Amino acid sequence: MKIDVSQFSVEGKVALVTGGSRGIGEASALALAKAGADVVVTSRKLPDLERVAGEVRKTGRKALAIEAHIGRIEVLQPLVDRIMKEFGRLDILVNNAGMGFAIPAIEMTEKAWDSVMNLDLKGLFFLSQAAARIMKEKGGGRIINIASVDAYKVEVPLGHYSIAKAGVVMATQVMALEWVKYNIRVNCIAPGAVETRLYDSHFDDLPPDQAKARKEMAARRIPVGHIGQPQEIANAVLYLASDASSYVTGQTVVADGGSLLL
Amino acid sequence: MKTDVSQFSLEGQVALVTGGSRGIGEATAIAFAKAGADVAVSSRKLPDLEKVAAEIRKIGRRALAVEAHIGRMDMLQPLVDRVVSEFGRIDILVNNAGTNFFMPAMEMTEKGWDSVLNLDLKGLFFLSQAVARQMIKQGTGGKIVNISSVSGFRVQVPTGHYSIAKAGVIMATKVMALEWSKYNIRANCIAPGAIETKLYDSIFSVLPPDQAKANKEAAAKRIPMGRAGEPKELADAVLFLASNASSYITGQAFAVDGGSLLV
Repeated sequence: MKIDVSQFSVEGKVALVTGGSRGIGEASALALAKAGADVVVTSRKLPDLERVAGEVRKTGRKALAIEAHIGRIEVLQPLVDRIMKEFGRLDILVNNAGMGFAIPAIEMTEKAWDSVMNLDLKGLFFLSQAAARIMKEKGGGRIINIASVDAYKVEVPLGHYSIAKAGVVMATQVMALEWVKYNIRVNCIAPGAVETRLYDSHFDDLPPDQAKARKEMAARRIPVGHIGQPQEIANAVLYLASDASSYVTGQTVVADGGSLLL
Repeated sequence: MKTDVSQFSLEGQVALVTGGSRGIGEATAIAFAKAGADVAVSSRKLPDLEKVAAEIRKIGRRALAVEAHIGRMDMLQPLVDRVVSEFGRIDILVNNAGTNFFMPAMEMTEKGWDSVLNLDLKGLFFLSQAVARQMIKQGTGGKIVNISSVSGFRVQVPTGHYSIAKAGVIMATKVMALEWSKYNIRANCIAPGAIETKLYDSIFSVLPPDQAKANKEAAAKRIPMGRAGEPKELADAVLFLASNASSYITGQAFAVDGGSLLV
């Protein structure tokens, strides 16, 4: 007999995934495509985006790669306009673009603060607003924000990142409450350690052997015993983007292998 | 081209759903069966359970109805044994059985307290323990999904015993997740808001019918989404947490409440 889990399908929808050239963004783009959506991917790296767009097309869906820096507020409206011109609709926004790097609070510079805040929080908010204005006209939509476990537990020395991610969790609640009347559902995922270039970059200052050992030690401390794969986060994105989560809004789902339990 | 959402499938797995005769439990059992699982349903109402079991078989999966009161600790191991004797294994436990009624804290009786705490918290914990022991024997891990409530996050007056029990369920989820992760057992929790079920209706039934209807409508208007949820909407969240799609999620609770916790 046939398995029916069609409530998780996003067939016929158009999705925009920021930071879509690699890691969680790439995995989300592919999961959404396999589940039936046409996908637009954006980041600062057009060649990598084109590769992901190619993978999306292999699943049989339409794809578009657009180079944009979400930390630059003036590029957000043109990005959304381009999608409307190509697809005529925008149903799902995955705010995944983000960055973080080590800088102790006592040494924090305005430049460092702005680089993380502008992308991880301010750009996330204003891109969501631009998308919501379309979704409002079109009768509804879904926004999924990618925060971090660092929104709940201070990550030293990534103060600007922790603060931005805590802001993302609250922004999710703000958007959910203010835009529910437009049939826009807004939710958030807070990943723990996930096998991505961003995660790897935390170990960049160590020699390769030591970086490897440190990563393995970190993995063993996680209750499930391993760090997450981008696909595991993408699956949660798909749940929140699909009708399966039709009564869920304003929520943050932590996907961290149990690390916050420690 | 074919849509592929197979990460949400439960093909080949065996699930036990308590409070499975109606409401969220029934919807969960059906969603699980459609997703490919064989399902055992338990509650105090065998005729209603048999109806749900028949629906599961219509879908093409195996089903078992077992009468048991989860608030009675002496019934838990026999329940687990019965499911294992029928299906050979248990991969998923959904702790959905629960009860609630009005009782102001100043008037709380020991009987009132025990009736809610024994079922909603103590029975949930000890059934999970019994099933976890079976999962450890099987050696292939397992999934536990607990049904708490938004009342576990935010005081609901005058159902203090329920709020306390449901807050306990959220913490019990973290305890189980942390202590049993080494057995590859994941435990997570859903906190429903107002859901169209008999339990939800019963809260208004203390009022005359007109007033009950008016109060229900007023309550729905206070929810950001403007309505109570359908049991199926809960079932889909449980399915997400029971499936491999949630493989990196454990110890977590999230609300399925139409945004009610936001106001």
